[in-house]
Amino acid sequence: MAKFDSQLFDIGYMDTLAVGKTSLHTLDPRAKLVTTMVFIGTVVSFGKYDISALIPFVIFPIVLVAWGGLPTAYLIKKIMIVSPFAFFIGIFNPLIDQTVIMHMGSLHITGGWISFASILLRFALTVGAALVLISLTGFHAVCMGLEKLGVPRPFVVQLLFLYRYIFVLMDEAGRMIRARALRSFNSNGRSLKIFGSMIGHLLLRTMDRAQRIHLAMCCRGFDGHIRLIHPMAFGIREAAFVLGWSALFISMRLYNIPHILGKLVTEFVL
Amino acid sequence: MHMADALISPATGGLMWAATAGLITYCSTKAKNDLDDTKVPLMGVLGAFIFAAQMINFTIPATGSSGHLGGGLILAILLGPSAAFLTMASVLTIQAFFFADGGLLALGCNIFNLGFFPCFIAYPLIYKKIVGMRPTKGRILTASLIAGVVGLQLGAFSVVLETVFSSISELPFNTFILMMLPIHLGIGIVEGLATAAVVLFVFKARPEILNAASQSRPLGNLSINHVLASLLGVAIITGGALSWFASAHPDGLEWSMAKVSGTEELENPEHGIHASLSGIQEHTAFLPDYAFKTAHGEEGDMESETAWPAVDAGTSLSGLVGGTLTLFIAALIGFSVKRRKNA
Amino acid sequence: MSHHIVEAQNLHFTYPDGTLGIKGISFRITHGESVAVVGANGAGKSTLLQHLNGYLIPSSGDLRIGDYPLTKKTINEVRRSVGMVFQDPDDQLFMPTVFDDVAFGPLNLGLPEQDVIQRVNQALETVGMMHVIKRPPYKLSGGEKRSVAIATVLAMSPDILVMDEPSSNLDPLARRRLIGLLKSFHHTKIIATHDLDMALELCERTIVIHGGQITADSATLDLFQNEQLLKESGLEAPLSMQGCPVCSKTAKGFQPPTQDHSHTH
Repeated sequence: MAKFDSQLFDIGYMDTLAVGKTSLHTLDPRAKLVTTMVFIGTVVSFGKYDISALIPFVIFPIVLVAWGGLPTAYLIKKIMIVSPFAFFIGIFNPLIDQTVIMHMGSLHITGGWISFASILLRFALTVGAALVLISLTGFHAVCMGLEKLGVPRPFVVQLLFLYRYIFVLMDEAGRMIRARALRSFNSNGRSLKIFGSMIGHLLLRTMDRAQRIHLAMCCRGFDGHIRLIHPMAFGIREAAFVLGWSALFISMRLYNIPHILGKLVTEFVL
Repeated sequence: MHMADALISPATGGLMWAATAGLITYCSTKAKNDLDDTKVPLMGVLGAFIFAAQMINFTIPATGSSGHLGGGLILAILLGPSAAFLTMASVLTIQAFFFADGGLLALGCNIFNLGFFPCFIAYPLIYKKIVGMRPTKGRILTASLIAGVVGLQLGAFSVVLETVFSSISELPFNTFILMMLPIHLGIGIVEGLATAAVVLFVFKARPEILNAASQSRPLGNLSINHVLASLLGVAIITGGALSWFASAHPDGLEWSMAKVSGTEELENPEHGIHASLSGIQEHTAFLPDYAFKTAHGEEGDMESETAWPAVDAGTSLSGLVGGTLTLFIAALIGFSVKRRKNA
Repeated sequence: MSHHIVEAQNLHFTYPDGTLGIKGISFRITHGESVAVVGANGAGKSTLLQHLNGYLIPSSGDLRIGDYPLTKKTINEVRRSVGMVFQDPDDQLFMPTVFDDVAFGPLNLGLPEQDVIQRVNQALETVGMMHVIKRPPYKLSGGEKRSVAIATVLAMSPDILVMDEPSSNLDPLARRRLIGLLKSFHHTKIIATHDLDMALELCERTIVIHGGQITADSATLDLFQNEQLLKESGLEAPLSMQGCPVCSKTAKGFQPPTQDHSHTH
């Protein structure tokens, strides 16, 4: 329950962040979408034992967070909490791949640990980029951008509708859960039968609501098509944003910056 | 069961994206041509309903742990395959954006795994066949259970294939499949039970809802074979293009095959074919060809063998120093941007 | 402007499952009138209201809205002239932002973008909600939601406003603001409500429905003084007309809507 309360809070909070007024917020959503996809694509294209070459990529989320005035601690916490799946699958790498490939004093590091670390780093980068995108843009604008990028209208409308009613329905479900918790003792209120009738009631109410919404839409001339006004301008600013970052990503893909840097330093010192 | 960006290669991600995009386009076209415009708000609120329903859990009989509704199957029963697929896709998209469940590149995989199988396989081929035109309590229960289990098993199987083809995880196919299938058998039973509980409630309270759903929504005149065939075409093209693109930036680790065969130029197109072949494999055969698998595994091994020297002791020190330095510089840039913004 | 009439003649409606909705309702509401429709739960108010925008088609009887008899063919014209405000604003505000929601209707009318934007601004200014234009509906308070819901309807420039329980779920201040807003409109208004005090303030005429039939149709004040009738229809007199809860006297020389009632009587 608490988990879902916090989920609801998260959605609302990230939408609040998206109301910001920085030049990043006002950038055409398409520019941010495309750049984020290029970023993710480049990050996942690295080999599975790459760690150092991935590090420079943190520059993208860091600069965006700083520029857009996003709360760093909140985003880091969010990245830490999510997706046990990646961790769960990744942790098998050190178990299976035990070839020692690196010695640091008496410490022997196996290929499995390297690839595990690489998975976690990729995970942090890709998830971080997605969170930054939504916090800087807002879901609504992301959807508008998707539509202009060619995602079919019915799917975009579906996303918008779903997003609109998440709050209403989660609220309704929350009230039902509280009512159940107050009247069930020892957990015998959580049987499958009661579950079926709770969800069933919620479902019937939801379907009635759909009917009322449809009525409200018809009253305002709905004819099966949703029309939206969203002036978007993909100008020089946007082009510079996309091209500039993409060029950086690609050069970071081609040149291992930490490697070069480290070589310079170690050669100089030693 | 969400796939994550961190576990997939660009080729797998791109391929599944292409497959999912094709399905979304197909379903959107169907939705657009659907004369029943009451479905527009219905799909929207039912998507939100899935979120809300996942908040409500129940005690799994005889275990004491709790389960909840997954969604794909109940949506298919209420809306029919294509509308249900769009709705499930929208649920997963929101999860990817807000809860970072999976990630944007893995979204294609996730929509396919959790949307395609329940909506286009489990519902029409299993649930509908068992329940038929005259539903009874027993039939609904049996159908939901079998369809729930099959849908999730196929999804889990697909997760395994995607992970293995990406070869980021070291998990070998056999181990992984032996791990995933039993877990998802349990999850599938829970999904089947939860779905049956809800459907039975609706069946008792307002049976007309279920009748309307099962009667007025055939798969349409566009046959699914047709769609699958064109999907395959799209997948091959994208897979090929993507791997060509990826190999246009050769890197000592990833495309080490190039070294083995000598010239990059010769190797590139072949790699493209290989990648798209694995795509075909994924789409056509649910039972993988083991010969093909080992070939793939060998390539992975070769990759790793040639990969070792890249991280030898000498370079690892400079890598460590350089990495720390890079992180430091990145943080510094971040701070100075923030400073400048606040000033 | 005689065409803003709403005229029902012997309307009957039975639901597909056999439930009787309304039986034999007739009335005539003329331009500029403000009429309250009151009745207990399940009396048939909502069924009647759903006929006024053509969502339900009467089983028998005639309904004329403006210049058109209500049929399947004229449904679009009827919906353009009747603005319907729903009981739950969450049903009415289905678009992602307030702007999109208010623009939804005008866009469906096929107006050019510039006109749509102008209409949105005008409607939001009328209800005093310009400051929430970019917000998503879930971030609005109950009172704000209600005002925006009214704006979505105003943007269609309807001739007739039909409202279902406009004051439900509002805090006293928001309710007061709403009443002030509705008073400022010169549309023909039909308001279904349980809030008899609001009916008293806003509507000079009231129609009482009971068991799917009209049991009374007259001046609001007269009607609310008929205790027998109210009781039979499952209602009770508005609070402002009941005895003072402290000294149980009724204000003398009762003057709706603002009565001078202090404890000096």
